[in-house]
Amino acid sequence: MSEPLLKVAKLTKEFPLKGGLFGGHTASVHAVDGVDFHVDRGETLGLVGESGCGKSTTGRCVLRLIEPSSGEIHFDGKDVRSLKADDLRILRRDIQIIFQDPYASLNPRMNVGAIVGEALIIHQLTKTKQQFEERVVDLLETVGLRADHMGRYPNEFSGGQRQRIGIARALAVEPKLIICDEPVSALDVSIQAQVINLLEDLQEKFGLAYLFIAHDLAVVEHISKRIAVMYLGRIVEMASAHELYASPRHPYTEALLSAVPIPDPKVKRQRVRLSGEVPNPISPPTGCHFHTRCPIAQFPLCKSEAPPLKQSADGHWVACHFR
Amino acid sequence: MAVASIAILTLLTAAVLFGPLIWRMPINEIDFTARLSPPSWEHPFGTDDLGQDLLARMLYGGRISLAVGFAAMAVAIIVGVLIGAISGISRGSVDAALMWITDLFLALPQLPLLLLVIYLFRDFLKNWVGAEGGVFILIVLVIGAFRWMPVARLVRAQFLSLREKEFVEAARALGATTPRLVIRHILPNSLGPVIVAGTIDVAAAIIAESTLSFLGLGFPPDIPTWGRLLFDAKDYLDIAPHWALFAGAAIFLTVLTINFIGDGLRDALDPRRVM
Repeated sequence: MSEPLLKVAKLTKEFPLKGGLFGGHTASVHAVDGVDFHVDRGETLGLVGESGCGKSTTGRCVLRLIEPSSGEIHFDGKDVRSLKADDLRILRRDIQIIFQDPYASLNPRMNVGAIVGEALIIHQLTKTKQQFEERVVDLLETVGLRADHMGRYPNEFSGGQRQRIGIARALAVEPKLIICDEPVSALDVSIQAQVINLLEDLQEKFGLAYLFIAHDLAVVEHISKRIAVMYLGRIVEMASAHELYASPRHPYTEALLSAVPIPDPKVKRQRVRLSGEVPNPISPPTGCHFHTRCPIAQFPLCKSEAPPLKQSADGHWVACHFR
Repeated sequence: MAVASIAILTLLTAAVLFGPLIWRMPINEIDFTARLSPPSWEHPFGTDDLGQDLLARMLYGGRISLAVGFAAMAVAIIVGVLIGAISGISRGSVDAALMWITDLFLALPQLPLLLLVIYLFRDFLKNWVGAEGGVFILIVLVIGAFRWMPVARLVRAQFLSLREKEFVEAARALGATTPRLVIRHILPNSLGPVIVAGTIDVAAAIIAESTLSFLGLGFPPDIPTWGRLLFDAKDYLDIAPHWALFAGAAIFLTVLTINFIGDGLRDALDPRRVM
């Protein structure tokens, strides 16, 4: 097997909290706490978890939109964390990002042509004005928009169309990896399907790899080859999509999956209900982060020792003392 | 509204620019027989306590008032946007230092300092660029120097919120440099409130100039700026209301039209406008 496209090891991000009378460092939010994963060329890794578990931070750290606190990121043989500004710019031709909110992610004062074509100007990918326009039209048509949309402004488009503009913008640099940060969460269900299908078509056409961040398990199952489940900054389980859904091992994954609605009222099933809230990431629980809500936790082991992410079956990784 | 305002302001500007060429009454011809006379065909705006023609004085003074207003606004906006932008984009110690300076300027007692600055530098500038030009530069700089702080804070606040927006992050992800982020993405989206603040500044500058004239530190008293006319007129309000009326109306009209134009500009520059 060849080297994975993206390899992330022990990635950690702490956001310092300032406060107190003198604005000193008082505490920190452990948004991402030692995450390991990899993405192969042309594959989709789904990253799921509740709000605030560090999914988006992980995605942004890969692009260094957020500077990681520690850990290693290797992309295509390059050490991402040690790149200087110029090299980082070149890296960003290979990794792109699609955002969750199609209303906030497009500059309201730039027309669609300028938005989609911005990367072409930044990286000097086209030489003449004619080339530039041809490329922008090409990109717009790739994502299912029309050439005459070029001169319009983002406010003239619907959410789904705006998301397509965002996708066209990401495609402009011909990336190898696109980080999809909840790209369909803000859209209607019918539009979600269109955008997902578009992403799949593009993956096939351009051989893209996706790091697909979402909280909607049904969507993730559909698009991902492998899925990683995050809880409070750590990956608790990682397996192929089929395997994860068929036989989840971590109690948190079990609880998550049992919350997915089944579109058949006759099916009865056992719900695993979690009590309590997600603990505060400023002071996460000791040991296994999940022990405060875990139905199978045993003390004092779970409280004192964090379980490592270990392979329990072929390609099925779990971080639990008992599974 | 904005279009009508542009028309009125253009008319006003044209009047003060070309008016003195058409209305050739001298501004300082003293005629005690026509003292404090109300508007008539001979003196359409009436005369002041020395029998000087008010229309001629208004037209002449308007040049100075409008020029001071716009120039001081330009100074305030340029300094304010520059400081606010640097502060908002850089964070950390640069931001803190610039905001201290801003707060310092806000906390300074403006009038005494104004007097001091003008007193200290007037003669120097007078020798350098001549009496009227020297006073003009000095007044514009001084008024501008005391009015940039609100603009700087406004711009900084806009920058702080805009820099976290996803479209800015997207541009960063595309590899945009910081200057490009600022010029293409953040600044254009932060100018709406600045334009409005700028229009208010024009008004404030016109009034500030008249305060200085009143204190004897602006233009020499024989140069009739609008503010000067108002202050001269205040003692005669009950017997010669026309004196104050026209100068006041001119300031009022200017400020109002500039405000409407500012509003219109902001809407016109905003692609989200409802067609």
